[in-house]
Amino acid sequence: MKETVKVTINDKEVEVPREYTILNAAVEAGIKIPTLCHLDLHDLKMVNRTASCRVCMVEVEQRPNLAPACATPVNDGMVIRTDSLRAIRARRMAVELLLSNHPTDCLICQRNLRCELQALAKELNVREIKYTGKRNKYHLDTSSQAVIKNQDKCILCRRCETACNEIQTCGILSALNRGFDTIVGPAFNLPMAETSCTYCGQCVAVCPTAALTEVFHTHKVWEELHKPDKYVVVQVAPAIRVALGELFGMEPGTIVTGKLAAALRRMGFDQVYDTEFGADVTIMEEAKELIHRLENGGRLPMLTSCCPAWVSFIEHQFPDMVDVPSTCKSPHIMFGTIAKTYLAEKMGIDPKKMVVVSVMPCVTKKAEAARTELSIDDNDNVDIVITTRELGDMLKEAGIDFDKLPDEDFDHPLGESTGAATIFGTTGGVIEAAMRTAYEWITGETLEKVDFKQLRGMKGIREATVDLKGQEIKIGIAHGLGNARQMLEDIRNGKSEFHAIEIMACPGGCIGGGGQPYHYGNDEIVKKRQEAIYKEDERKSIRKSHENPEVIKLYEEYLGEPYYGERAHNLLHTKFEAKERI
Amino acid sequence: MRQIKSLEELKKIRENANEGLNIRKVGEEENIKLKVGMATCGIAAGARETFNTLFHEIEEKNLTNVYLVQVGCMGYCHDEPIVQVNVPGQAPILYGKVDKEKAKEIIEKHIEKGELLQDSIISKSFHKE
Amino acid sequence: MKRYRSHILVCGGTACESQESREMIGKFEDELKKTGYSEEVQVVKTGCFGFCEKGPIVKIHPDHVFYVEVKPEDIEEIVKEHIIKGRIVQRLLYEEPTLEKKIEEQEKISFYHKQLRIALRNCGFINPENIEEYIAENGYLALGKVLTEMTPEEVIQTVKDSGLRGRGGGGFPTGYKWELTYRNKNDVKFIICNADEGDPGAFMDRSILEGDPHSVLEAMAIAGYAIGAEKGYIYIRAEYPLAIQRLNIAIEQAREYGFLGEKIFNSDFNFDIELKYGAGAFVCGEETALINSVEGGRGEPNAKPPFPAESGLWDKPTSVNNVETFANIPQIILKGPAWFSRVGTEGSKGTKVFALAGKVNNVGLVEVPMGITLREIIYDIGGGIRDNKKFKAVQTGGPSGGCIPEEYLDTHIDYETLKEIGSMMGSGGMIVMDEDNCMVNISKFYLEFTEDESCGKCTPCRIGNKRLHEILTRITNGRGTEEDLENLKSLGEMVKESSLCGLGQSSPNPVLSTMKYFAEEYHEHVVNKKCPAGVCSMGKKKATTIPKK
Repeated sequence: MKETVKVTINDKEVEVPREYTILNAAVEAGIKIPTLCHLDLHDLKMVNRTASCRVCMVEVEQRPNLAPACATPVNDGMVIRTDSLRAIRARRMAVELLLSNHPTDCLICQRNLRCELQALAKELNVREIKYTGKRNKYHLDTSSQAVIKNQDKCILCRRCETACNEIQTCGILSALNRGFDTIVGPAFNLPMAETSCTYCGQCVAVCPTAALTEVFHTHKVWEELHKPDKYVVVQVAPAIRVALGELFGMEPGTIVTGKLAAALRRMGFDQVYDTEFGADVTIMEEAKELIHRLENGGRLPMLTSCCPAWVSFIEHQFPDMVDVPSTCKSPHIMFGTIAKTYLAEKMGIDPKKMVVVSVMPCVTKKAEAARTELSIDDNDNVDIVITTRELGDMLKEAGIDFDKLPDEDFDHPLGESTGAATIFGTTGGVIEAAMRTAYEWITGETLEKVDFKQLRGMKGIREATVDLKGQEIKIGIAHGLGNARQMLEDIRNGKSEFHAIEIMACPGGCIGGGGQPYHYGNDEIVKKRQEAIYKEDERKSIRKSHENPEVIKLYEEYLGEPYYGERAHNLLHTKFEAKERI
Repeated sequence: MRQIKSLEELKKIRENANEGLNIRKVGEEENIKLKVGMATCGIAAGARETFNTLFHEIEEKNLTNVYLVQVGCMGYCHDEPIVQVNVPGQAPILYGKVDKEKAKEIIEKHIEKGELLQDSIISKSFHKE
Repeated sequence: MKRYRSHILVCGGTACESQESREMIGKFEDELKKTGYSEEVQVVKTGCFGFCEKGPIVKIHPDHVFYVEVKPEDIEEIVKEHIIKGRIVQRLLYEEPTLEKKIEEQEKISFYHKQLRIALRNCGFINPENIEEYIAENGYLALGKVLTEMTPEEVIQTVKDSGLRGRGGGGFPTGYKWELTYRNKNDVKFIICNADEGDPGAFMDRSILEGDPHSVLEAMAIAGYAIGAEKGYIYIRAEYPLAIQRLNIAIEQAREYGFLGEKIFNSDFNFDIELKYGAGAFVCGEETALINSVEGGRGEPNAKPPFPAESGLWDKPTSVNNVETFANIPQIILKGPAWFSRVGTEGSKGTKVFALAGKVNNVGLVEVPMGITLREIIYDIGGGIRDNKKFKAVQTGGPSGGCIPEEYLDTHIDYETLKEIGSMMGSGGMIVMDEDNCMVNISKFYLEFTEDESCGKCTPCRIGNKRLHEILTRITNGRGTEEDLENLKSLGEMVKESSLCGLGQSSPNPVLSTMKYFAEEYHEHVVNKKCPAGVCSMGKKKATTIPKK
């Protein structure tokens, strides 16, 4: 039995657990208290409890000052008023003060109608900004390939700091200066590009305003689409199909794969493909590489390399361990490579005239695509990366009534995919997909039950053993870079007994990526996307990557033997570099 | 320095240290004040030796209630060295021609026993400063 | 300890050292050697006497003669006249302005007469760099008593019974704070001494650390024993080099004598102290900001609860106490809680040190019993208003205290009464203003300070203080409107009741209190565009911002 206390909110008595805050108790009592800086993503273990915005101030009897509901624990007999004139005025004034140092260019803001500050101003009935005065103006930081920092729009909720430092343990963002000149930025306010930022985008995912956004590439895509001499190919990551619907008012977890293919085609892409094809290829390479390392005494554990934020993390934070990850390129880069070689050849198109656009749930893939080593003859494997959100914006811009679109299929030959590729979108999915293939390759037997349930879930660090007919493979899974750090430290200290580890930088994996529709602090949304991913997997007729007929054909016609084949090795693998930590 | 491990050890150090600091605490209300004339006339007549003798005697006998002050010319230059004894609550006594021996005598008799050195008194009825 | 016939005490506080008191010590020693007196006269460097305005101070024992504003060129004369010939150097004595009379002895100077020195008892009396002088004054006896005769509970009870409250500003009962920390069970706990004195013009903590560092070390060890901590940190501003130097010497000596280290007084109690330097951010005086800073993080406060007593330094139970608070502890232990609580008012016991400044005749550090009136401090100790001007207001509690008008001069001051009249005890700043001060300009000046020192974490303090300052700037420039006055008040109240920490919760005090007590001055500025004190430019080109102290 949990200990409970009785509190009275606006004359209504509720009994709540002792560890509750006033905010939790108010929710229980059916009373809404506005919040702004507060963020609690329960299962993702991300809590922002800075109590800095002062938008949730309430009156507590016998206290001379108002109390922040989000950070004030309840105690027995507490009498709270959320509806007193004093509390309402203080809350509105806090928002007025924030707006007095804000550009308020809402109409042309990226976050227009998606901005938490804007929503709050409406909710609190702010009709004037009484306290006008100096407004801070800063340089827009567009230095990086992935994240734009617009300090003018920062309201110092510090969620990004919590995400960056406590969840991701990257330590890039922190508050600088003080008083009215306080800003959030990297040490010495360096441009983002000069830091060790992995561009995981979790800061973007939690930012309530447009202070942190992805670098926008929608205009670039439109331009390419309308160049007559360009052949524009698009691919979509697995996590898009379980999240895009949210941008069109659909329930979280709605699967929109068919509409997605139809929509892209309506936008004018010459070919509409699926990154899942690249994921299946990745498994061919990665499973083989794992077997290679197991059989030849190679470096163990082997870590997955699908997540570029995670790769960047190891390069900066663990430069002595860059030989640990698999050398595989990430799935969309593999796809781009194959498109600009195999596909171009097959279709008789000059690879220089082919444009590969990736639609990703991810911010860091923009930076990844710009890595010079991921190109052939100065032709990038992937040319443009847009996020799920950007795709949503483009569809709306194009007047495509997403809801009414028919379900269509992807184009072929790079449009076929398996369930194994679908689950790449969630934490635990890549390693499960790899196991489905590795099992059959190692044991030579057919895997009847493809669901490795022990690898699934939302726990930050998970461990499991997969029995390959006597050979036990110890698997570790981490999502969120803070959890990844723990795993890496164990490896560095020789304490890791794993054979293979899957790491995804974003909490929840790609479904919780920095480029996904904003969850506004509701972690249920991320969980629903995960459920949808597994549902989509089950729906697929083929659920093992090595059984994808188009993949088999690709290897036969072009790549040769997975991992060992000359083309396979040259085209699909890369190397990582130790980098300075700033 | 050996570490102090008990209250007794601490108190011993305190007593010792206190003696050195006593001079900062003495006040006229509760202590005997000895004033020695130390102007040019006094010094010429040997007031230094008188002063030093008094100081050593006080220290030797560990008289914590007595303190010694040097003062300027008291106007009795012919009787230098001059020592004035102020006992709280009593009229001040002025002794003249206090040499080394007489200084010891002042300590022994006047200070310790309360007996005046009648022969050496110059004055005992003036307004105390 | 060797006996000397005379001691020459030279103030070695920061103010006096900045006026060559260190050189003067050397000159005294040279002069004594030259004249053959070095064996019988000792030169002692002491801590601050508090009468800094009249420094450098030289005091000669056993005569108790108190020389003020001594310069190196006066040394020869002091030795030749006073030490050798016994003639007091009249021209170096303090002259009481109200009496126009020279005063020889320290205790008879009105500045000292009404003071009661508990926290400052050893300042200006002992050599802070000599542990034996501290021991002579019953130093470490309280620690010995605690470790050999008392349980932690008894220590806490004693401090509770004494009624001692935090001297850093908040006034939280010290014994109760220790009890809370004591009750939170944990193998590792910490004691932190808050020496991040940041109020402009306040320097009581510095004076204690410079003049009597051992009293703080001893009290920290006592507190450590009481709550169950083996480690103490002193968070001190790096701008206090002399205090840091004295603390380092004191810590070294205390370790040597076994008052810090393992098995202190043969008990099972181990305790050691480390210094942590602050970079002078005002907000780091707030205990959670201080803890963040000690941990190496950004110096900004956290929402409380959890209080440090529950989760403080490195998430361990921690008691953060101020320097002056600690300085009272050994005396409370030795003389008993009743001795301490007989001084003061119902709710505020003991004494408080104030840094008296502004337009009074005697500026300096004064320790007075709680419950004394402002009038007594300003007129009896402070010697009244300079140049016979008219008193206008006194601001207590540092830059975020309120300005108190004449009608409240007879208030018996303690934590509660000051709060009732719109000000606060704070860490003990006290700035006196006269008829030449413009109260609107004064509140603008203080808001400029708090706006600068805001850590920027919470909205009301970060933006609210900025806006308050902007409104006041408009008013003092003759551009204020009546709506500005309304906004000033409503925003001031909001910042006060919505800010995250004590800084923002008190920063509007100057403006709110002056609006209340000097409303007509605001009215004059806004409606008639006139500054009655003639300070504000009111739109005319005239450089005036910083009020003269």
